[in-house]
Amino acid sequence: MKEMNTKQRGTLIRIAVSSVLLTALLILNPEGHWRLLLFMIPYLIVGYDILIGAFYGVLNRQPFDECFLMSIATLGAIVLGEYAEAVAVMLFYQLGEFFQSYAVGKSRKNIQDLMDIRPDYANVEGANGELIQASPNELELGAIIVIKPGEIIPIDGVIIEGSASINTCALTGESLPIDVSEGDELKSGSVNISGLLKLRTTKLFGDSTASKILDLVENAGINKSKQEKFISKFARVYTPFVCFSALALALLPPLFGHFLYGNANLGTWTYRALTFLVISCPCALVISVPLSFFAAIGGAGKAGILVKGSSYLETLSQVSEIVFDKTGTVTRGVFELKKIVPLEISESELLEITALAEAFSDHPISMSIIEAYGKKPDESRVRELENIPGMGIVAQVDSHTVAVGNSKLMQELSIEYSSTSEHGTLVHIAKNGKYLGYMLISDDVRPNMKAAINELKTLGVKKTHMLTGDLKSAALDVAEKIGVSEVKFELLPQGKVFEIEMLMDKKAHNEKIAYVGDGINDAPVLRRADVGIAMGGLGSDAAIESADIVIMDDDPMKIPLALRFAKKCMRIIYENICFSIGIKFSFLIFAAFGFVNMWYAIFADVGVMVIAVLNSLRALKLKNTKA
Amino acid sequence: MKKVYKISIDCANCANKLENIAKKFNGIEDAAVNYMTQKIHINFKDEVSPDDVMPELRKACRKIHRGCDIYI
Repeated sequence: MKEMNTKQRGTLIRIAVSSVLLTALLILNPEGHWRLLLFMIPYLIVGYDILIGAFYGVLNRQPFDECFLMSIATLGAIVLGEYAEAVAVMLFYQLGEFFQSYAVGKSRKNIQDLMDIRPDYANVEGANGELIQASPNELELGAIIVIKPGEIIPIDGVIIEGSASINTCALTGESLPIDVSEGDELKSGSVNISGLLKLRTTKLFGDSTASKILDLVENAGINKSKQEKFISKFARVYTPFVCFSALALALLPPLFGHFLYGNANLGTWTYRALTFLVISCPCALVISVPLSFFAAIGGAGKAGILVKGSSYLETLSQVSEIVFDKTGTVTRGVFELKKIVPLEISESELLEITALAEAFSDHPISMSIIEAYGKKPDESRVRELENIPGMGIVAQVDSHTVAVGNSKLMQELSIEYSSTSEHGTLVHIAKNGKYLGYMLISDDVRPNMKAAINELKTLGVKKTHMLTGDLKSAALDVAEKIGVSEVKFELLPQGKVFEIEMLMDKKAHNEKIAYVGDGINDAPVLRRADVGIAMGGLGSDAAIESADIVIMDDDPMKIPLALRFAKKCMRIIYENICFSIGIKFSFLIFAAFGFVNMWYAIFADVGVMVIAVLNSLRALKLKNTKA
Repeated sequence: MKKVYKISIDCANCANKLENIAKKFNGIEDAAVNYMTQKIHINFKDEVSPDDVMPELRKACRKIHRGCDIYI
């Protein structure tokens, strides 16, 4: 009750009063002139706004206005002396409208709350250290803002002071808080749970994550699905069709009857025609389709999957082949030290020497070695550093010449090195011209990737592909680990577009191809595929712009999850379309032959709508979600 | 030029009607109504100004059903 607005509460009271009066009148069963007068009380209480609406409809020349049609149907029934039916039709029509507006309003609110990441203000420090609430729009790049516990982070930035737990649930669907401290980068839209944070903004408000996501959500309505277009067309034809049929039903049979049998039976046929008008509103259908999409997009959004429009959900549900990019999508895109193979010295000694030599380098491979070393290398032990592009580094460590690099460097320095068939990048180390061993560094496959691909297969995806610019051996190794059926390697970025186009040419018409990438260098491929899914690409502008579906964190299980949302949504939509149209047309036929009266007709009409709306709302949630 | 306006429309079918009217409206290239978010997305033709088109569209919208409106 609390969630209703004033208008809804008013309607509910009118419905209640009117139904009590109707029941009383049905029991008392008054006779004569009083009968009409008494029945008019509940009729007007529940239906006066419909009558006013009908009046406006006539003024504005809207012949197929639903208020107008309902008014004709009920006033006609009153003329025929069917007072109770007139009241009942009005009553149930209002009840249906009430239910619809309540259900829609509620799901609208639920989903808006879900995506409520719009920051209203940003705290900036004033001249005397006091906090001033400023409009985030007006802050310059690099502005210092303060975020108090409980506040939304308004603009993307870097922490310069303080530490806190933050909740990224609105962005990623992950409900566990994350601890952050000085130096960490924060995305806007997360909520600061505890602790005071001072942030230096790294983006303008308009370019920040929260603003981008909101833009995306707001514009999600533009790409309408085939089903929505169908329903819109259907609705345009349905009401006029039913109205003209009603007119024909009221006129033609009585005319034939009059001339053939001398008996027009006008009352019976008019009653049947009025019953038609009761079923003339296409509301159940028209509401249930966008509501299902809205619920599914909202449900997916809550799980950290942003869908840019209902048409993409439709396409996703038909996907038969999924193509994955390797680096950054299948793998984490982060290098990690996998193995240390020393000769003569210990692993930790080798690691220390290497980390020292790499101390000043910011190459991803060097960083992975320093990370494995676990502490900051003592820079005072390193001198005369020489960086040899494409090969490695030669440096003086504790007055020894240390060479760290690839096989080319070893060849250049004429040092004999060992080779291995293991996959990944090899880093060889030599000290004073003597080979010390090598390290194996590779990019990890994301955890869950194999499970995600397995689940996709059970969801009806026939083929999975992996595209990569990497060498054959590395590509095949990863492909085997995750279980994709096809793999293409040593591709240039344009080559990936070409591969997608080849696949799209080969597939059947009603099958679709999805491409999963990180959006960093594969934006054209994301755009070219039937449906482009960007993963873990929240930070990348290109990913959000070119993808149709954005997975906000980097959990591969979200891909099958998105597919399940899409499939469930489409199933519900087809159920609703078939069910509503089926029931409506059966009742039209029954009404034409006089098998149903107005009571049944209004029950059927409202009943179909209620069932369709309740069915639509199921799209919001998935059963036994694993992710 | 693309613009988004807030609308107030109670019934889904009226939203459809508004979309059909707006799509064919003078000065409008394309339009989409999102009933659930209560918004209309309008892509205006190049030579027109939304300020000229919108009051007219608003009039047409108000005629669809009592209570329908576009917030300009």
